[in-house]
Amino acid sequence: MNYDFDFEFLADRWPDFLAGAWLTIQLTVVAIVLGFALGTLCAVLRVYGHPLLRRLVGGYVEIIRNTPLLVQIFIVYFGIATLGLKLSAETSAIIALVINVGAYTTEIMRAGIESIPRTQIEAADCLGLKRLQVILHIVLLPAMERVYPALSSQFVLLMLASSITSQISAEELTAVANLIQSDTYRSFEVYIVVAIVYLALSFLYRIAFWLIGGLLFVRRRRLGTAL
Amino acid sequence: MSRAEAVLPAEGQPIDQVPIVRVTGLEKSFGPLKVLDGVSFAVQPGQMVAVVGRSGSGKSTMLRCLNGLEDIQGGTIEICGHQVGRPGSWNKAQLRSDVGMVFQSYNLFPHLTVERNITLALTLVQKKPKADARRIALAVLEQVGLAEKAQAYPEQLSGGQQQRVAIARSLALSPQVMLFDEVTSALDPELTVEVLKVMEDLSRGGMTMILVTHEMGFARRVAHSVIFMHRGRVWESGPTAELFARPQTIEFQQFVGSVL
Repeated sequence: MNYDFDFEFLADRWPDFLAGAWLTIQLTVVAIVLGFALGTLCAVLRVYGHPLLRRLVGGYVEIIRNTPLLVQIFIVYFGIATLGLKLSAETSAIIALVINVGAYTTEIMRAGIESIPRTQIEAADCLGLKRLQVILHIVLLPAMERVYPALSSQFVLLMLASSITSQISAEELTAVANLIQSDTYRSFEVYIVVAIVYLALSFLYRIAFWLIGGLLFVRRRRLGTAL
Repeated sequence: MSRAEAVLPAEGQPIDQVPIVRVTGLEKSFGPLKVLDGVSFAVQPGQMVAVVGRSGSGKSTMLRCLNGLEDIQGGTIEICGHQVGRPGSWNKAQLRSDVGMVFQSYNLFPHLTVERNITLALTLVQKKPKADARRIALAVLEQVGLAEKAQAYPEQLSGGQQQRVAIARSLALSPQVMLFDEVTSALDPELTVEVLKVMEDLSRGGMTMILVTHEMGFARRVAHSVIFMHRGRVWESGPTAELFARPQTIEFQQFVGSVL
């Protein structure tokens, strides 16, 4: 094999990579925050909700978990356009990512919520807490603490999977790479650079989730023990 | 069964005082299984009533019915003026402010400090300012001898300490009646003593208490009256000393013989 690596394109295209990475961060942070909210709400409904709601949430989860993300993105992107709404590729991408990660979050949070003993809820009930207060103050945080590693892994996966949104030309990191490689014909090198940037992003996200975990789970931070 | 329906007077109190708890003909089934079959009794304010009996006699279920944790199939429960059990006929929030409950498994909230375990309901339910809630928490912790543990987490405490915090947590809401569901059953004898001590102090302070317990020695020594349950019924009941001195039923005699 005689291949001359040429990373010269980096000299004047590195700001493009940076801009792409920044958009990836923006897209996925918004998607993670909204997806987490959606998934947590769905998980609560799935465990405590009306039987009809439980089924509805179950259906949503199964549909999303058993279809490809790319197809979901296309359906959102072209579906919204067909309905006559004009949304940017980025907005469509966020909507699709939220719907997607929301379903996975639902399943993960459901496992956490179901791991909270009934007796905890009963004790809170006996203290006079209302149902919503019980969920907010007694159930959710310990539930989240128990599934936090799975949850943060899922969110890192979402960040990586967001590369697929390049297919509807959301100008995120992978789309930027596609563009640069078609300009420079240094495909191999471009994707090596992109891989390294994704690796750095993953690392960044994991540190961020570790810090957030420390902020949220005060008991764990102080005692260092699992719940 | 001679004394089963009797209103149980506290020592030195007139017998015609209005009971704070009155249960009549209580029936409870789990599917085809009838767990409570016409339970009736009454408790005067300031009394400590021990409910004893073999496993499966319906003691704990009866206690849970009193606090509206189980729906009932028949009879009436009146506790602190609330008609409990029939859907729609009682206000849960009001009942909760009058009746406290402590469980066998403590049920402290593991992610919250001891202090927050206690202030949670004070701030969320009783809407007390944080400073007031804190003061109350420290006062009740003092009462159970654990003031120095306010900032600890439940897992850092022994079982006995956790149960004392659970009692303090319930106490903080100033209930009129406290229900204790086998609160020492998960503790070894040494830790049992410290929890029983707290309960004895509470009773001396005039708290109305109904406790389901296997601690016959404690019941005999401290409780004003005893209810012996058997097969989902109040088999025998009455003032403690009298009941133990002259048991009327063969079942109670056998039970006392087997546990003392």
